[in-house]
Amino acid sequence: MSENVVEVRGLVTRFGSHTVHDGLDLDLKRGEILGVVGGSGTGKSVLLRTIVGLLKPAAGQVRVLGQDIETLSPPAREALERRWGVMFQDGALFSALNVRENVEAPLRAVPDLGPEQRRALAELKVSMAGLPWNANDKMPSDLSGGMRKRAGLARALALDPEILFLDEPTAGLDPIGADAFDRLIVELRDALDLSVFLVTHDLDTLHACCDRIAVLAERKVLATGTMADMLKIDHPWVHEYFHGPRARAALTTGRSKESPDGNQG
Amino acid sequence: MTSSSLPSEHRLTGTVSAGVASLSGDFSVWTLARAKQLIGDARQIDLAGLTRFDTAAALLLLSLQDQGVTLQGLAPTHERLLEAVRKSVPTPDPAKPVLRGLRALLDNTGRRVVRALRFLTELAEYLGRFLAALARSIRHPSEFPLIPLVHHCQETGLRAVPIVALMSFLIGVVLAFQGAVQLHEFGAEVFVVDLISISIIRELGVLLTAIIVAGRTASALTASIGSMKMREEIDAMRTLGIDPDMRLVLPRILALLITLPILTVIANAAGLLGGAIMSWVELGISPSMFRYRMIAETDVDNVIAGLSKAPVFALIIGVIGCHAGMKVGKDAESLGAQTSTAVVNAIFLVIIADALFSIFFAEVGI
Ligand SMILES: Nc1ncnc2c1ncn2[C@@H]1O[C@H](COP(=O)(O)OP(=O)(O)OP(=O)(O)O)[C@@H](O)[C@H]1O
Ligand SMILES: [Mg+2]
Repeated sequence: MSENVVEVRGLVTRFGSHTVHDGLDLDLKRGEILGVVGGSGTGKSVLLRTIVGLLKPAAGQVRVLGQDIETLSPPAREALERRWGVMFQDGALFSALNVRENVEAPLRAVPDLGPEQRRALAELKVSMAGLPWNANDKMPSDLSGGMRKRAGLARALALDPEILFLDEPTAGLDPIGADAFDRLIVELRDALDLSVFLVTHDLDTLHACCDRIAVLAERKVLATGTMADMLKIDHPWVHEYFHGPRARAALTTGRSKESPDGNQG
Repeated sequence: MTSSSLPSEHRLTGTVSAGVASLSGDFSVWTLARAKQLIGDARQIDLAGLTRFDTAAALLLLSLQDQGVTLQGLAPTHERLLEAVRKSVPTPDPAKPVLRGLRALLDNTGRRVVRALRFLTELAEYLGRFLAALARSIRHPSEFPLIPLVHHCQETGLRAVPIVALMSFLIGVVLAFQGAVQLHEFGAEVFVVDLISISIIRELGVLLTAIIVAGRTASALTASIGSMKMREEIDAMRTLGIDPDMRLVLPRILALLITLPILTVIANAAGLLGGAIMSWVELGISPSMFRYRMIAETDVDNVIAGLSKAPVFALIIGVIGCHAGMKVGKDAESLGAQTSTAVVNAIFLVIIADALFSIFFAEVGI
C-alpha cells in the first residue's frame, strides 16, 4: 500500500518578505506514521497549517486524499476537513467546555446522532485517548499538560479521521508520559487505520513510532527515509541531529519500534 | 453540515432475509441511524460488504452483541477495530447518590451558607494580611513599596477625579431640582439647601464615590492581580522571596485608603456646587444665601459621619478586589468571572456597610 494521502508539490509559503518554504515536496503514504523534524523556526508548524488549509500557500500544490483544498466548494471542503483530525501543540481545547463536550463538538456535525449516542461516542474516544473516566467532566484548565494533549487527541479522533496531524504531541511530557503517548499513537494507527503526520522534536518518538522521517531544513524537505537512512546522511545539520549525544542516547536505549501490545485502558 | 441530507459518499444499503441483515457500503457515524433502521430486530448481521467501518459503528455492534446478536463476515481490519473498541469501552465510575426533596434543599442551603461564611473568613484573612504587611512596612520602612503606591494612587485616585466630580455635580443638580419641586408646594424652597447639603455630605457623596470606585478599581485590581496569578507570576514572586502581600496587596489597598477620602471631599464639593447653581437658577437662592444657610444649618457632625465611612469602603473594595484576583485560576474564563463577581460583591458590601453605618449613627445620635 503506497497510495499517497497527502501530496505536497513545489510548496512556497511566505510571510511578507520572509520565505518559510521554497519548493517543498512531501508525501504521506496511507497507513504510515511520518515524523517531521527540523530546527526551531524551520516551518514545521507552518507546513502542517498549510496542509490542513489554515494558511494559503504562495505557490505550489497541496493535495490531501486526492483533492486540492484550495479549489473545493465550501461543502466539499467541509466534508474533506472531516476526514482528518488535527491535534494542536497545546491541545487547543475549547476552554468553556469540559472534556466530553470538547469531543462532542465535532460530532455535532453529524445529523441524526442522538445526544446519548454522541455522549457514548465521546466517552469512548476519551477512553481510547487514554484518559480515565473522571476526566470527562473536567474543564481544560483543570487538566495537566499531558491530559490536555490526550483530550486534544480524543477530539481529533472524534469523527474517525483517515489522517491525523499531530504538532509536537510529546513536547513537555515526562518521559513515561511521552512513552505512553508514543505507544498510544502506534496503537491507534493500527486499530483505526490512520495515516499520521507527526511534527516532533523528540528523538525517542522518532525511534518509537515513525515509519519514515522527513527532515525540514533550508526551506525544503532535505531528506526522507527511515531512521537507518537518516543515520547515513552527511548533511551537517542532519548529521548533528541524528548523531548528537541525545540522539545516541535515544538510539542505545532504543525504545522498541514494535509496540508491545499495550493494555492501555 | 446541519441539513439532514447526507453527503453522497455516506451510503449504506442492506437487506434482511430470514433474520439475517446484510449491510454493505459505509457503516459509520454518518449512517448510524440508517444502520439501526436496516438492522431492525435481526438476530444475525452479515457485514461482508462494508467499505467503511468506524468506531461509532463498532460501538453499536458491541451493544448489539451484548443483546445476543451474532456478527459474521467482518473483514480482519474491521475485526481489529471492533476488538480495540471493546477493549477501551469506558466503565463509568459509580455515580454518587443523588439527594432529593428536603434533603437536597438542606444540602444546598448548607453548602451555600458554608461557602458564604468561608468567603467572609477569607476576606478577613486578606484584611489581616494587609494589616500585617502595613505593620511590617512600618517596622522596616525600607521595604515600603512607595513607587507602586504612588502609581496606584494615580490610577485609583487622580484618574477617577473627572468621573466622580461630574457625577456628583449632576446628583447635586438633580437633588436641587427635585427638592425645589416638592418644597415649592409648602413654600419652603429655602430648605432645599439643607436637603442638598445634608444628603450629599452625609450620604450620597461618599456612597456614590465608593460605588464608582468599586466599579473602576475593584475590577482593575482583580484583573491585574488575577492575570499575574494566571501566569504563575505570584508563585514566581514567592519562590524569589518577594512577598506578594507587600508588593501587590499593600500598595493597592493603601492607595484606596488614601484616595477614597480625597475623592469623597471632591465629590462633596462638586455636588454642593451643582446644587448651589441649580438652586440659584431655579429658585433664586443666591450663592451667598446658600452658603449662609448651609453653614448655619449643617452640623459638622454630618461631615464627620460622611467622611468616616470612606476608609471603611476603601478597605472593603480593596480587600474584595485583591481576594478575587488571588482566586483566579489558570484560565482566562475564571479571570472574567472573578472580575465581575468582585465588582458585584464590592458594591453589595459597600451598600450593606452604609446601611450599618446609618443604624450605628442613629443609635449613637450623630
Ligand atoms: N503568522 C505568522 N506571521 C509571520 N511569520 C510567521 C507566522 N507564523 C510563523 N511565522 C514564521 O515562520 C517560521 C516558521 O515557524 P514555525 O512555527 O512553523 O516553526 P517551527 O518549525 O514549528 O518551530 P518550533 O519547532 O519552534 O515549533 C518562523 O520563522 C516564524 O517566525
Ligand atoms: Mg511549531
